[in-house]
Amino acid sequence: MSTPKAMQQSLALRLSSGAFLAFWCVLAAFPIFWIAVMSFKSPVDAFAASPWDVIFGPATRAGGDGLSVIDIAFGLVVIFFAIRWAFTKLPAMVQIYCPPGLMILGWIFGAVLYAVGFVLIFFGLMPLILGVLNSLLGPLGAPVLGLTTEHYVAVWGENEFYRNFLNSMLVTAGVVTISLTVGTLAGYGLARSGSDLAFWLLILALVFRALPHSVLVAGYLPVFINSSEILRPILGEGAPTLYGQPWAVIAVLVSINQPFTIWMLRSFFQNIPAELDEAARVDGCSHFQAFRRVIMPVMWPGVITTGLFSFLLGYNDFLVTSLLLDAQNQTMVPAIAGYFNRETTTTDQVEAVAAAVSITAPLFLLVMVFQRQIVSGLTAGAVKG
Amino acid sequence: MKFKTFAAFVGPSVFMMLLFIAAPLVSVFIQSFQVTQPILERVEVETCTPGFLTQTCTTETKTVPVLDDNGKTITQTRWVGLQSYQNVLQMDKFWEAVSNGSWRDIMQIDFWKALRFTLSFTLLTLPLVIGVGLAIALAVNNATRAIRGPIIFISLLPFIITPVIGSLSIYWLFVGDGILTAMMERWTGTNISMFAQAWTIELLMYFYRVWHVAPFAFVIFYAGLQTVNMDTLESAVIDGASRWERLRHVIVPHLMPLIVFIALIHLMDCYRVFEEIVGFRSQAHVISLQWLTYDFMTPDDAGNRAISRASASAMLTMIGIVFLLILPLRRTWRDHKGSAH
Repeated sequence: MSTPKAMQQSLALRLSSGAFLAFWCVLAAFPIFWIAVMSFKSPVDAFAASPWDVIFGPATRAGGDGLSVIDIAFGLVVIFFAIRWAFTKLPAMVQIYCPPGLMILGWIFGAVLYAVGFVLIFFGLMPLILGVLNSLLGPLGAPVLGLTTEHYVAVWGENEFYRNFLNSMLVTAGVVTISLTVGTLAGYGLARSGSDLAFWLLILALVFRALPHSVLVAGYLPVFINSSEILRPILGEGAPTLYGQPWAVIAVLVSINQPFTIWMLRSFFQNIPAELDEAARVDGCSHFQAFRRVIMPVMWPGVITTGLFSFLLGYNDFLVTSLLLDAQNQTMVPAIAGYFNRETTTTDQVEAVAAAVSITAPLFLLVMVFQRQIVSGLTAGAVKG
Repeated sequence: MKFKTFAAFVGPSVFMMLLFIAAPLVSVFIQSFQVTQPILERVEVETCTPGFLTQTCTTETKTVPVLDDNGKTITQTRWVGLQSYQNVLQMDKFWEAVSNGSWRDIMQIDFWKALRFTLSFTLLTLPLVIGVGLAIALAVNNATRAIRGPIIFISLLPFIITPVIGSLSIYWLFVGDGILTAMMERWTGTNISMFAQAWTIELLMYFYRVWHVAPFAFVIFYAGLQTVNMDTLESAVIDGASRWERLRHVIVPHLMPLIVFIALIHLMDCYRVFEEIVGFRSQAHVISLQWLTYDFMTPDDAGNRAISRASASAMLTMIGIVFLLILPLRRTWRDHKGSAH
């Protein structure tokens, strides 16, 4: 497609727009990149005044932790193949070995297996091989880039961050599953009904979306803390205390998320022509059967996008989880606030940085895999308004 | 669709929203007029310490909570009317400060301090987010196709990152001798500490919020740009419209519904600013309305939560958001009316 001459842009405009874009990309990526670099350095390097010291980490290297040229080259090759195989070999293996009905389970199983394999090879096998190689190769094997994983070991091992990670996974999995189940039903109902009631429900949802979360939590707290006494007349002696329970938090987060979910799913359902379910109805399906057999199979892109947003809400939440969960059941984000109180030495600070990077890593992977869906989903949700 | 089918589809969702959003609202409203306190009684306690020859005994009256059979404190809920609101708003101090004409005195009261920050935060970042988002969208739309994917990926990062972590990552760049503070000190030759005074923290918060939300605005505007009518653009060119005029008279009007949408979402989200305060640890200098409620609800050293005050401040926060949303909601209502005809 050739652009008409009048629509073509002058060189100055193209240059300035490109420069602006480059500036924005640096601005967007720099803070995240920088904390990732900091998390691998010894405290002296991580908070050094010179950027070069932070990147190359002389103090970390002096401490005996570092990468040689060989290490870097070898590591990059392994990462390159790991990424390539993740997009070629892994899907092929899943296709072959997975029974056709259990595709989703197969994918989850395959992805977990792949991740575990990668961690074992990258952090277990490679240091052994490279240790031998480095000692043989002399100057090429001498460390040039200071790098240490001790803060990650401290965070995940000694500070038992994996517990918070598991809690986070539990809460987000619950939020996503329930949000989508309840949300798709409601979204479909609202999209296919043109009544005034549907309109008012949507407006009500919009108002609920606007409520600050602290308002809601102020309502839950006393009820949740005293819930065993309140529920005893109904449930008998076994009445649970809702305070501190992950599943109670899941219910709360799902409800907070519902207004957004139904708005978004409704606009996806509106994009699907109503003739499709009318045809199914003519063929003798009930409304629910038409929804399940005809509409849902074409709705997957919308469901995935909405699921991503539910995931983000559950994963990123600080306020609700920090107030409604007790210390043992804390998810990752409020748990990081615990580092603030401990933060007396610089080592603690770098450990907090490492914990922060650990929280960010899954999100990073998520954007990488689902970038297309996020963009198309957001736009489909928004343009229809 | 029959009402019964409609109800079956929408029911679960509406039920959850009523149970977990509407019901807490009502209970917050009621709580804000009540105070729950443990019942206290005064008892005489005699403590004896072994002394030389005889014991030394002292009697004193202590205030202790009354316990029930299970050893739990008995509490009593009293109706206090607007007392909690008064505790939050501190109107007497407020009017005194107003009559003195002292802005500084008003800002000593937590609620007014939080309100001032929340409103300026919401309203100042709004045009910035829309402007920056639009600029990035236009620039990406200009870029060659091959590099758009990576740029969108990088642009999405600030939006997707956990808000607490995002603000922390900026905090660490500026804290103490953080890398950017060190750089600025080298340029200016003066000693800079970004987290020692309120205005620099506030500036960083504005920056953080724009950094965090502009990608969201960008993605939506970018999609809107894909649907701009090329014919209109071309006829504008033929009519001799400059690039700037085309932007003003064709592209921006086309994007107007999206701009309203972004503004609406931004008003809602910005008004509940909270994570920045945790991330930047700015409690001592800058607080927001939602943080005020959070602070009331966090147990103090004795393990008590000021639920009543929290409810009052939550209700006041809510009144604020209603005011902010009246305009956009009226527009939605008019659109609905308009589309019905």
